[in-house]
Amino acid sequence: MLGFGGQTALNCGVKLDEMEALKKYGIRVLGTQVEGIKATEDRQLFKDSMIECNVPVLKSKTVYNFEQAKEVATDLGYPVIIRVAYTLGGKGGGVAHNEIELHEIVTRGLNASLVGQVLIEEYVGHWKQIEYEVMADYDGNNIIICNMENVLSMRVHTGDNIVVAPSQTLDNHEYQMLRSAALRAARHVGIVGECNIQFAMDMDSDKYVAIEMNPRLSRSSALASKATGYPIAYMAAKIGMGYKLPELVNRITKTTTACFEPSLDYIVCKHPRWDFSKFELANRNLGPTMKSVGEVMAVGRCFEESLQKAIRMLEIGNDGLVANRKQEEVYDVEEIENKLQKPDDKILYHVAAALKQGISVERIYKLSAIDPWFIEKIENIVKKESELKDGELDVKLLGTAKEIGFSDKQIGRIVGKDDMEIRKRRKDLGIVPVVKRIDTLAAEWPAQTNYLYMTYGGKSNDFEVNSTNEKVAVLGAGPYRIGSSVEFDWGTVNMVWGLKENGVKEVSVINCNPETVSTDYDICDRLYFEELTLERVLDIAEFEKLSGVVTAVGGQTANNLTPKLAKNGIKIVGTSFEDIDRAENRSNFSKVLDDLHIRQPPWQAFSKLVDAKKFALKVGYPVLVRPSYVLSGAAMKVVWSEEQLKKYLEEATNVSPDYPVVITKFMLNSLEAEVDGVSDGKNVVIGAVIEHIEGAGIHSGDSMMCIPPWSLSNKIIETILEYTNKIATAFKIKGPFNLQFLINANQVYVIELNIRASRSMPFVSKFVRMNLISLAARAVLGKTLPAVPKDRWQKIHSYGVKVPQFSFMQLEGADIILGVEMQSTGEAACFGESFYDALAKGLMSSGYALPREGSVLITAGGSENKEKLLQTALLLKSLGYKILATEHTAEFLSDKRIGDVEVVYKISEPERKPNIADLLYERKIDFIINVPSTSTLEKYVGMLYDEYQIRRKAVELGVPVLITTELADSFAKTLEWLRNNETTKKPLDPYEKFD
Amino acid sequence: MVRVTEIPTKKAKHVGKFGKLVLEDGTVFEGMGFGYSTKVFGEAVFNTGMVGYTEALTDPSYSGQILTLTYPLVGNYGVPDPASKDSDGLKTHFESERIQARGLVVHELSQTASHWNLAMTLDEWLYEEKVPGISGIDTRALTTKLRTKGVMMASLVVSENEIDEQEIMRELAVAKKYNDEEFMDVVSVKEPQLYGTEGESVVVVDTGVKNAILRNVRRLGYKVVRVPWNYSIEKILSYNPKGVVLSNGPGDPIKCKKTMDTARQLIDKNIPTLGICLGAQILGLAGGASTYKLKYGHRGQNKSCIDLENKQVYVTSQNHGYCIDPESLKKTDFKLWFSNTDDNTVEGIRHKEKKIIAVQFHPEASPGPFDCMFVFEELKKLIGEENAKR
Repeated sequence: MLGFGGQTALNCGVKLDEMEALKKYGIRVLGTQVEGIKATEDRQLFKDSMIECNVPVLKSKTVYNFEQAKEVATDLGYPVIIRVAYTLGGKGGGVAHNEIELHEIVTRGLNASLVGQVLIEEYVGHWKQIEYEVMADYDGNNIIICNMENVLSMRVHTGDNIVVAPSQTLDNHEYQMLRSAALRAARHVGIVGECNIQFAMDMDSDKYVAIEMNPRLSRSSALASKATGYPIAYMAAKIGMGYKLPELVNRITKTTTACFEPSLDYIVCKHPRWDFSKFELANRNLGPTMKSVGEVMAVGRCFEESLQKAIRMLEIGNDGLVANRKQEEVYDVEEIENKLQKPDDKILYHVAAALKQGISVERIYKLSAIDPWFIEKIENIVKKESELKDGELDVKLLGTAKEIGFSDKQIGRIVGKDDMEIRKRRKDLGIVPVVKRIDTLAAEWPAQTNYLYMTYGGKSNDFEVNSTNEKVAVLGAGPYRIGSSVEFDWGTVNMVWGLKENGVKEVSVINCNPETVSTDYDICDRLYFEELTLERVLDIAEFEKLSGVVTAVGGQTANNLTPKLAKNGIKIVGTSFEDIDRAENRSNFSKVLDDLHIRQPPWQAFSKLVDAKKFALKVGYPVLVRPSYVLSGAAMKVVWSEEQLKKYLEEATNVSPDYPVVITKFMLNSLEAEVDGVSDGKNVVIGAVIEHIEGAGIHSGDSMMCIPPWSLSNKIIETILEYTNKIATAFKIKGPFNLQFLINANQVYVIELNIRASRSMPFVSKFVRMNLISLAARAVLGKTLPAVPKDRWQKIHSYGVKVPQFSFMQLEGADIILGVEMQSTGEAACFGESFYDALAKGLMSSGYALPREGSVLITAGGSENKEKLLQTALLLKSLGYKILATEHTAEFLSDKRIGDVEVVYKISEPERKPNIADLLYERKIDFIINVPSTSTLEKYVGMLYDEYQIRRKAVELGVPVLITTELADSFAKTLEWLRNNETTKKPLDPYEKFD
Repeated sequence: MVRVTEIPTKKAKHVGKFGKLVLEDGTVFEGMGFGYSTKVFGEAVFNTGMVGYTEALTDPSYSGQILTLTYPLVGNYGVPDPASKDSDGLKTHFESERIQARGLVVHELSQTASHWNLAMTLDEWLYEEKVPGISGIDTRALTTKLRTKGVMMASLVVSENEIDEQEIMRELAVAKKYNDEEFMDVVSVKEPQLYGTEGESVVVVDTGVKNAILRNVRRLGYKVVRVPWNYSIEKILSYNPKGVVLSNGPGDPIKCKKTMDTARQLIDKNIPTLGICLGAQILGLAGGASTYKLKYGHRGQNKSCIDLENKQVYVTSQNHGYCIDPESLKKTDFKLWFSNTDDNTVEGIRHKEKKIIAVQFHPEASPGPFDCMFVFEELKKLIGEENAKR
């Protein structure tokens, strides 16, 4: 089955077919055949097949070099769009308005494409972007699961677009015309299972073209599944096995057929989550290359409600489209008109701002290419805000505000009241949301499943919760973002199962991420596809009459709600709110550590800048600055100078006003380790001690890590375990926890405690074959943990390595230098017989090419780094790699008697040859070791532009860049290991059961 | 910057009125009235289609009914020009000359409509056609009620003033029931109408025919003669038709006695005939089967039917409250052709010997998917066989 593992699996399958590996081993492809996959993946073949089945396409031509591209572009007329064959998420494509841009994009695209071809095409950015999800079986039965409309037209990649389902601006004729075209296209290319097809549709007529087809489960199909309640992947798998659509049963009604088209009686809004703020130089503009890292889906009974819910779900600090804590920036008409033409992540706020400035809907539409219907709906929100400012908060005003998605916080902010006051007022007036089911067929048949959402667009609940059973809700983690990804989804799902195993009768999940398993309606008793806000969780708690809430597995999102829920009388299942608070509050936490005689880097809490400055001067820069309750270094930063401190503190206090700022000495040249574990308050189960491969200072989410520790002494490990025991019992932890350590000059320092599931827990659980969250489920319920030997993890004689995955390619302009701000968007974990076995697999899995021969470019800043790289350079030399280096590095290497180093010149000196830029483009550099001086310093004091350019170009061309001395060393040793060894291939053992 | 053309956008006008929907069982739904201020009585039904309100409202099969749309956002793309006609003089965008449903019930009437093909807003159209509409209704709650209790009589009142629901309830109690109403004289043409001048003729017996049926028969290349529902077989044969279509329409098929007589003759004379919806029920009754009323009907665009001859499944558009009893079919010369995959109701029948076919769903779609257009080709095939025989 090739259609279930995204583009990666699809590419892999095509390769296997081309190598004739499938034929050799007699392996059949189930579902869409490779021919069909090729007919959709290769641009020219796609175009040809669409024309064959009478589906119009854009005029375009495939080219293999820039000269051809130029000719085609001149022929079609600028602007043109460049699309890359066989690649991920529009990677490497772009819109060119002139020849210079064309050159840039085509060169990059040809390099990114597995087959060295790109497509030059007419650009229809202002057309509507409509998608259809098709299911088909071997017998030719085919249906549409869902259609979707992109609010931001064709200008923006659907992954970065705000998407509604079903389409809102198509009439019956258009809807059915595109539907028929989708079915025709799917049948023609031989889709069996699922596919997504994307159309562009003229705003001004019923002209349309097919843009592309994905012959696989995609982010869009996950969204379509959640938006309709139709389990697309499940059905596609059955179809692959040979079932016919009419033989399958609708999993929601359990009586009607799966061979039907879902009918929605709500509107779904998908909103992407971007994390641009983590990348200082990244270009925030949205276009044909996807830049978002996650998404949320909101369900409502009108567009305004869905949209405002979606914005809250993003957890970017906004409570809706208007009336947010952070004042909207003020622009003049010219500025705002410019911003409407060039959409970025704030485009809808700009639409609202334009409306407030009195710019007409028509003008906004013309500039933004957003359909007037959506703009009018946004205007409803803007108008309601001003009504709330002036009006009496009576039933009518409050009720209509709630109907179009205003939160209590927004309303409170507008009228100058606390959100809890608004909550009380509206409840007194009888304004409460109702619970509705998502049932695939608009209530036409009885639904057996409890897939739920809440809305103010209705008068009565679909059902009532009447049982007297114990009821627990598990809070999920919200959207994927940098620092919170599928790990917390794993945690949520395993917690649900664990609670059920331990006798909780009714377990609900609250979450809003359509990409997750925790939002599958069949993993729990009741799924609330809802906001993770205090207001909504309280609404659900009241409706459900919950016994308690688990906040320990939903990452920082759920954790942040803990104090607020506790203050509102909701029982926190697991570690008590008071104990969590003692750990989260930096001052209290550090005090406990002092009492336990556990070392920690010098720290202090501040609410005044003057005191902070004094402290920083005393301990010496750099210092780590963080407000309480942070996620993934979101508001945490290494500060190198007083000026930076001042600037940052002003921002940080703005981020989180309720909590003081803590400043800690940042210890350079340290090792970093962590422990994942579970405690019941008395007994502590150690998952494992994990050591980071890079030195401290790189965010734990961005560093490679290894179990067992590869360099720590037994004595240090003993200390770590001892500290862990002391801390877990001191904080009376009942559930999962993660503890982080620094090791400096053979001393162990505790730097952070998280009383919740951590990012590394699935990795640890799989490595030690012990499901930590299953154990945590017992602990949160107050049950005693089984006795597990504390050295269990040490007795496993294999290695586990976790390697982060970055997406710098998609973020135009972003630099790949890592720091305490987490930047990775995913990870790969690999196991092996030896450290290098595991690491080799980990590197390959996360996309590093491991060249067996070739050239390496070494460029290092500062003599210390150069010294550290000496051994690595020697090793590479002895392995036969040709070494290229910039002037100073080359000089240093020659001094150290490493001969035959070729001097190359900086990108900023293009006249000097051989130049790095040329060599990169000519593929004469296979990998790069580029370590900036004193690791992170340059990034913060001021970027060395040239080094940045090297890294950026390399990323764009897919050449591995190693940016720390530790990584370079491991990489070189892995290459050495691969000379004489092959990576192992073994199945993963199941979890061990503990009673 | 790329040129972006203007899109017509219009604001709702006839809105903000008092509105109440009162059901036979005493349930009262209060909302915002729109369209025309009036009081109507009819059978409350729901349709689960997500697009196509202009087509649905003008479908004569909705005569006598108050239509609830389960999709909550309605009126987004407004209403195209009612004056627009095709070369046959049929309204381009509508299924008949006027709105046929007695009233419209929605969750949210879009206060703005925008679409390149827009001429007016939904409320404006309803106002001009003197039809009331109500929005702000929990249509999911209403649908659930109709699903569990079955369709029932209702009154929809739109007014400039406060509405007295007690009085409405009293009137509703004595209002003529949908099942007892005579629709044929209202929905059928009074005199035959001709569409096209070239080619062989197909007669369409109008029991409330949708324009899309006429268009599809025309598309097959035939001249269409549309005749009144009670036209005798002699008069029909006087046009020398190569085939006959018995159309869709409202109400209980048992009330179309005269059409049933015609159908019986068509079977006897083995004239290639296609029945659609009500037409299918009439053919079934003529062939000796019986019909019954469904609890809450089939109204939507997502209904899957299996073609029992080749096991292919099609997504169909449906709008019917009555259907053929599958048990009763066994004693007739008809065999089951299509069956509903959800509840196994009869969706199509084919005569065992004669050139008579019928479908319960709407192959002409409008609104709905085009997947079953081939049913019209089936009629053409039957006519072709007949011609070849001669």
